Amino acid sequence: MSNIINLFRTCPVTGLKVDKNAENLIKVNAVVAVVFLLFGVIAAIGILLTRWQIFHLLSPEMYYRFVTFHGLDMLIFFIIFFEMAILYFAGPVLLNSRLPAPGLGWLSFVLMVAGSLLVNVMVYLGKADVMFTSYPPLKADPLYYLGIILFAVGALIVCILFLASLVIAKKNKTYEGSIPLVVFGALTACIIAIITLIHGALIFIPTLLWSMDLMPMDAEVYRLMFWALGHSSQQINVAAMVSVWYLLAGLTVGGVVLNEKISRIAFVLYILFISMASAHHLLVDPGWGPAWKIWNTSYAMYLAVLASMIHGFTVPAGIEMGQRLRGFKSGLFEWLSKAPWSDPGFSGMMISLVVFGFMGGITGVTIGTEQINIITHNTMRVPGHFHTTVVGGTALAFMSVSYYVFPLIFKKRVAFWGMAKLQPYFFGFGIAIMGMGMTFLGTMGVPRRHWDSTFSQSPFQPAFPDTMNLFQAVMGIGGLLAAAGALMFITIAVVTVFFGTPVTENSFKNGESGIPQGALKLPAQSYSGANVEQVHKEGARGTVVLVFVFLVCFVLYYFVNWKLLSSIWKVG
Amino acid sequence: MENMEMHSGITPPKGIWWKPAPAQERRWVIISFIWCLILFAMMPLWHFKGGQNPAGVRTKVTPADFEARVDKFIKDYQIGEDQGIPVVQPPAGSDVYIAGRMWEWSPVLKLKKGVEYTIHLSSLDVNHGFSLYPARLNFQVVPGYDYGLKMVPDQMGIFNIICNEFCGINHHNMVGKIIVEE
Repeated sequence: MSNIINLFRTCPVTGLKVDKNAENLIKVNAVVAVVFLLFGVIAAIGILLTRWQIFHLLSPEMYYRFVTFHGLDMLIFFIIFFEMAILYFAGPVLLNSRLPAPGLGWLSFVLMVAGSLLVNVMVYLGKADVMFTSYPPLKADPLYYLGIILFAVGALIVCILFLASLVIAKKNKTYEGSIPLVVFGALTACIIAIITLIHGALIFIPTLLWSMDLMPMDAEVYRLMFWALGHSSQQINVAAMVSVWYLLAGLTVGGVVLNEKISRIAFVLYILFISMASAHHLLVDPGWGPAWKIWNTSYAMYLAVLASMIHGFTVPAGIEMGQRLRGFKSGLFEWLSKAPWSDPGFSGMMISLVVFGFMGGITGVTIGTEQINIITHNTMRVPGHFHTTVVGGTALAFMSVSYYVFPLIFKKRVAFWGMAKLQPYFFGFGIAIMGMGMTFLGTMGVPRRHWDSTFSQSPFQPAFPDTMNLFQAVMGIGGLLAAAGALMFITIAVVTVFFGTPVTENSFKNGESGIPQGALKLPAQSYSGANVEQVHKEGARGTVVLVFVFLVCFVLYYFVNWKLLSSIWKVG
Repeated sequence: MENMEMHSGITPPKGIWWKPAPAQERRWVIISFIWCLILFAMMPLWHFKGGQNPAGVRTKVTPADFEARVDKFIKDYQIGEDQGIPVVQPPAGSDVYIAGRMWEWSPVLKLKKGVEYTIHLSSLDVNHGFSLYPARLNFQVVPGYDYGLKMVPDQMGIFNIICNEFCGINHHNMVGKIIVEE
């Protein structure tokens, strides 16, 4: 009996019953995530100072190896370890429920650490110089593929534990009504993750066998199956990021859900239409015809894009309504001007929303158009796009939510609180500037994953215009700013978790420094009465203006690219 | 009158939450949906009305067979050499063959402006990226597949083929050449 009593603690801020096993697993996964973030940032600095060719820091061999490291440690290991922490939070903790079979959680943690270390060691030893895409016939050591498989199996187990925790919460009636939207979003991410990991097994097991010369591998079939894994995994990141946005909206300003039905349908659209997004990696490949490409990149209605556009309205609109309900309702934008911009949980969320939507979303849909892809495939426009989505969007959102995780889960005051308030700005603006530099380089034709933009040792020297140097500098400065922002975050995280001042119940009451404003005084999480009627009638007028601006930017950017395409050679 | 309530995404919604969306939200969903339909429609439209599509004539071919085709093509139409790579001047409008291999594009081509050629691309080893500069054409070059793209050079001058798919340690030195004349 006493076991059950000791299993939970009650959060002094939210009143949620926190399962201590879930809490411990949140902590270890988050810590390991930050370790891989650090490796990834070190690799990023090396890459930046090499592509910024006045420095040309690394040798070709080291540059290409660093690019492989950077892709794996950031896009796979950092992000997925952090998403495991999110699942442990969004399942058991948000639902006041217990985590079933925590031993399995620890087993999967060990599998994931073993797999990620094995992969990193193989790359370090020079036995996997294949980029994170590992396209055959480029071949890595079999242990590299084994490491990825071990990691994927561990992650799959955690996904199933999350589903089990939902079942248990429902059975034990630990909450009243339906699961909250944030949990629903996490469930979406989990379902996509399970589909993704199964795709992963479908491609990495044959690839492992091929690397041992036990079976043949068709280069196009691999690319198809890899990207079924690859792009779906980005949709996990999108679903997780949007869930974190709703979570932070609630914690920082009492942001509301405009309509549960619409927001949940938008999440479901992600699940139904992810595999298709993968086709946009294959638009200028010889393996498929235009009918396949056009259908699969859009399923005729671009429904995953629609889902993102929906959340792009409902998240800021919910924030605006929450602010209006709290009294910030003067004019179109008082809800923004009087918002808690010095709360890094809030500022990071807003910057990630804008960078993801305006830069990432618009560039992505554009370059993922069958014909426009002709002018963009494998140029620097591709990393220009995906750094603004997954880094400026997802990674920044994850950093922002960490500022609430530190006091609420780790029970520590955030170290270097002054620096913490600036961190999201460094990181977010840095990525935005870097993304712009990369996109302009790509528009010129500068290739990605390429050691020498001057072609000094090549038989022929294509000459990029001098503005290439300018945009390399823009990319470099933005990137170094972002790297500084990332290192700030890592420093804050490590010092807070291991050396931070512990937080007690009184810390919240006394308004101690190092605790974000939403944790010090949690905003109301629900509103009712006449005030609601009035605010609801006025609606989210400021957000309407902002999404209109967004749509205009989208339409302009999209059609400018068609114009650019029309000016190149006829090809068909 | 129904008591209106609003709640955050952290709160479990009680009762029936399957309700009509507020007017502003509904309007935005409809506008977004129309935009998404436009995004889709542009693609088939451009296939019929536009001049740039990645359709091509696509077949499967073994690297050995493709190499043989390239060698024959070079033998038939070679007119010289540039940096050790054969320079080939094919007849106007004919089938042209370029092989990508670690770390070279061969042959160098001499083409006529305004003429449509079917340029067959394939790799003799790993994935490569055909990136024609400054023409801004980019295509994936895959071993086992012949990508025959009908191209019309519309400018005179020297164009270079940059490899933009990582293909090993000398990837950045893999540059080819296409000369377009009157």
